[in-house]
Amino acid sequence: MAISTDPKKKLGANELTLGATIPRPATSLDFKTGDWRSIRPVKDDSKCTKCMICWMFCPEPAISVNDAGAVVINYDYCKGCGICAKECPVKCIKMVEESSGEK
Amino acid sequence: MGSVGMAYAALDSDVDVVSAYPITPQTFIVEKFADFVADGETHAEFVCVESEHSAMSSCIGSSLTGARVFTATSSAGLALMHEMLGVASGMRCPIVMAVANRALSSPINIHGDHSDSMNSRDMGWIQIFCENSQEAYDTTIQAFKLAEHKDVQLPVMVCIDGFITSHCMEGIKRLDKSKVDSFLPKRVAELKLDTDKPMSFGPLALTDYYFEFKKQQEDAMDRALKVLKRIQDEFAKASGRKYDVIDTYGLEDAKTAIVVMSSTAGTARHVARQLRASGKKVGVIRVRCFRPFPDKEITAVCGKLKSIIVLDRSCSSGHHSGPLSDSVKSALYDAGIDMPLCDVIFGLGGRDITPKDIESLFLEGLDAGKRGAFKRKYKFVGVRE
Repeated sequence: MAISTDPKKKLGANELTLGATIPRPATSLDFKTGDWRSIRPVKDDSKCTKCMICWMFCPEPAISVNDAGAVVINYDYCKGCGICAKECPVKCIKMVEESSGEK
Repeated sequence: MGSVGMAYAALDSDVDVVSAYPITPQTFIVEKFADFVADGETHAEFVCVESEHSAMSSCIGSSLTGARVFTATSSAGLALMHEMLGVASGMRCPIVMAVANRALSSPINIHGDHSDSMNSRDMGWIQIFCENSQEAYDTTIQAFKLAEHKDVQLPVMVCIDGFITSHCMEGIKRLDKSKVDSFLPKRVAELKLDTDKPMSFGPLALTDYYFEFKKQQEDAMDRALKVLKRIQDEFAKASGRKYDVIDTYGLEDAKTAIVVMSSTAGTARHVARQLRASGKKVGVIRVRCFRPFPDKEITAVCGKLKSIIVLDRSCSSGHHSGPLSDSVKSALYDAGIDMPLCDVIFGLGGRDITPKDIESLFLEGLDAGKRGAFKRKYKFVGVRE
């Protein structure tokens, strides 16, 4: 009995878990749901004051703070909702087209 | 009463949870079980809820923790929990539900017909129709074993005729506790809600996966008939009482037979016995397991018949064939058996069908067998036009 964490690999009725049961927790970590994005946040680190308001507001959460105290956006899970850009008090985050690939 | 007998069956099956809402004519089933709980005769938890929809929901939740769960309903109650029936079967919960078959509204009618169960026949539940109280008691115990079997894992409806069986006084032999315990050990659920080993149940499955889960369910339904037969054999060893997915009377030489479910089979057999005593070759096929439908078992006994009459205690509105007749015709067609078949809608809203009515049908069947056709292939018997 299994579940597939590869969207391209589809399992058959005899391979799947019984009754669509998901047999282990935290399966969302197996899927990079950031691929739903249509716009992405891009941060200007020179303007960032490390107030951590973006970290507080991110609903995913896809924003974390590393050991050096820098604010890091996790593009594997960021859905591009734009809340961080809206809440940033110094406007150092801007939302750009996903296809631009800007970081 | 047949209803009370089923409460004893649930008690003897050592259920863990009963969650139900009252409705005539099942009420005595859960009322009696509530007495057992109040009197400390069972460790089971009785969960009172505000509707049948909630009853099935709480049964599903309980079942998912690995508990052995029982409930009961009828008619509008079964209709109210309708969407949850699919949830129970889709989530593969081995719930056993007693259904005291009662007519659906409108008009409001509290008496016995099969419209409630037939309305739910496609919801993925195994459906077994019991002729009398002893069978209802025995089948409830078998149902837990069937539902929980690793090759099945589907919920089961054990159906009895409302009022006719549920409220009729009959003597029932209970199975000794030691015999039940060895026939039906404690439920062991592989997949369950467990804080030590967290799992999720009832997720979304979109166009790329839903179909596979339904196939899984249907494969289990396909296996269920064989499993039921084995369970019936084991039960026979434990109790001395034999059951099969269909039972037949007089088929060794019958030229016509009535196919019927539930208590009316008793009347049909009584009439058949009298007619056979006067030399008329008639027989009765009682379908006990309706879902999964025993196609091959039925076609296997039809060899000598020249005609068939199917008695349907519910109507499939807008279609000149009741639910039982549909399944019988389908089985015959698949087996390449072509013979005159008359579908009779009877007994709606608890209307009695008399031995005289059944005798006329048998004689009509014999006549149709000779002439090669029935005058009418679909009719209502017992109704004033």
